Amino acid sequence: MTFPAIANRVVTPLVYIAALVGWEVLVRTLKIPLWMLPAPTTIAAAAMQWAPELLSHSIVTTRETILGFLLALALSLPLACLIAFSAWGRKLLYPAILALQSVPKVALAPLVTLWFGFTEWPKIVIVVLVCFFPVLVNVVAGFESVPKSMLDLMRSLGASQRAILWRLRVPAALPAFFTGCKVAITFAVIGAVIGEFVAAQEGLGYLILMSTSQSQTPLAFAAIIALTIISILLFYALEFLERKAVTWTP
Amino acid sequence: MPVLSLKGVTKVFDDNRGQRVDALGPIDLVIDNGSFVSVVGPSGCGKSTLLRLIAGLDPATSGTMLRYGTPLESPTYEVGIIFQDHVLFPWLTVLQNVLLPADILSLPKQASEKRAQYLLELTGLKDFVHHKPQMLSGGMKQRAAFCRAMLANPRFLLLDEPFGALDALTREELSLELSRLWDELGRTAFLITHDIEEAILLGDRILVMSHRPGRIVADIPIKLPRPRTMRTSQDPVFQEIKQQVRQLIFGRQDVS
Ligand SMILES: Nc1ncnc2c1ncn2[C@@H]1O[C@H](COP(=O)(O)OP(=O)(O)OP(=O)(O)O)[C@@H](O)[C@H]1O
Ligand SMILES: [Mg+2]
Repeated sequence: MTFPAIANRVVTPLVYIAALVGWEVLVRTLKIPLWMLPAPTTIAAAAMQWAPELLSHSIVTTRETILGFLLALALSLPLACLIAFSAWGRKLLYPAILALQSVPKVALAPLVTLWFGFTEWPKIVIVVLVCFFPVLVNVVAGFESVPKSMLDLMRSLGASQRAILWRLRVPAALPAFFTGCKVAITFAVIGAVIGEFVAAQEGLGYLILMSTSQSQTPLAFAAIIALTIISILLFYALEFLERKAVTWTP
Repeated sequence: MPVLSLKGVTKVFDDNRGQRVDALGPIDLVIDNGSFVSVVGPSGCGKSTLLRLIAGLDPATSGTMLRYGTPLESPTYEVGIIFQDHVLFPWLTVLQNVLLPADILSLPKQASEKRAQYLLELTGLKDFVHHKPQMLSGGMKQRAAFCRAMLANPRFLLLDEPFGALDALTREELSLELSRLWDELGRTAFLITHDIEEAILLGDRILVMSHRPGRIVADIPIKLPRPRTMRTSQDPVFQEIKQQVRQLIFGRQDVS
């Protein structure tokens, strides 16, 4: 490897390490109180100490996120078909759905908790609410992005509606579907945490709330980092699936 | 029995401001089995509209259309279409694209695959069967579209400016290739083009259309020997027909 090639690889990690070191030095020299901003080493120590709890709470939040996301897919995909392929479905449903999309879903969290009680369900329902629209809107747009000439080609072969759906519309909508999913999965983690903020005995949202109320700021930071890691992992899992499924450029 | 017979066929569109657009006709036309019909005419005169009616993709506003003696109401696999834009599916390989009709029509797998390989070899795409269309040049894409249109062995082929999007050199090469394939495969064809030389080079007959609403103003037989080659265009008959068509379209004599 040449020097510029090595520099190219090394510079970015170095900058981040320098930033962490700067943070550490700043906290120590300025004697910033622990409850306000802990140093990176303190956060790492807290993460080690609470590792089993962090893991179990992470699993709870991840489960709520994935279940809600999958449920949102199961609901939005048939609805997207209905809107894209039935004139009546479109006329009746689409305005309502576009209006509902503008409701700040997070504001519904206390109500949803009231309706579904102190179980895992209110969190899952909130995740469904925040995931539902990005997937639906993108899939409908994907179905509609099918060029007329491709539809003409299918019609000229006498293809059935079923064949047109599976051979043409679904593959054509796949890139848009993944765009929707990637937007949704980021929202989904936020949704789960909001649900846990409102009422919960477990999950990373609950852990953050508890630790800050007890001035355990290092643990709160550790929980936030865990949350970030979950978010990133879920996003890249989807990106991996997308790369497996969408092997073409439109 | 003629492949196609049209009587008094017209097409009127409603544009988005609710105004009527007389796009076509009335058209009277009979196409016999095995003949190659070229169509030329000014832009916007209704050529594509006519092709879509013949394909059964759009209904006519008035008039009667018969295909093999029965009323023409919907598309059929017996009529193959090659669109101006190749319309290959980007998520399928070249071979899968060519096999699409077999897939839709549930034709026997092995025989279809054999035919696809034969057509791809004939058009020089043998080495690209497993490539995605995005890796092909414009001319290669159009050849793949030709293979797909031929797969189900259509008795009648419709071509809407199949080489329109290509550069002049590739266009000439592909038209000669199409002409050669034609002599080999022998089908009925209906070719729309804005290239008069291409129309004469390929056709047994050339239809000249008027400005919108498009009508057939001339139906000129092309009695040039086949197979047609590069040298065909130097034939005096070729030049004579070319002048005649130019005059019909542009209304003036051209010296070239
Ligand atoms: N779906 C449509 N709605 C309204 N008007 C249309 C529609 N399709 C075509 N037209 C009109 O009909 C006329 C004929 O169109 P057509 O596409 O058949 O022309 P063309 O001869 O194929 O032209 P070109 O050589 O440029 O391809 C045009 O004036 C066009 O504006
Ligand atoms: Mg046209």
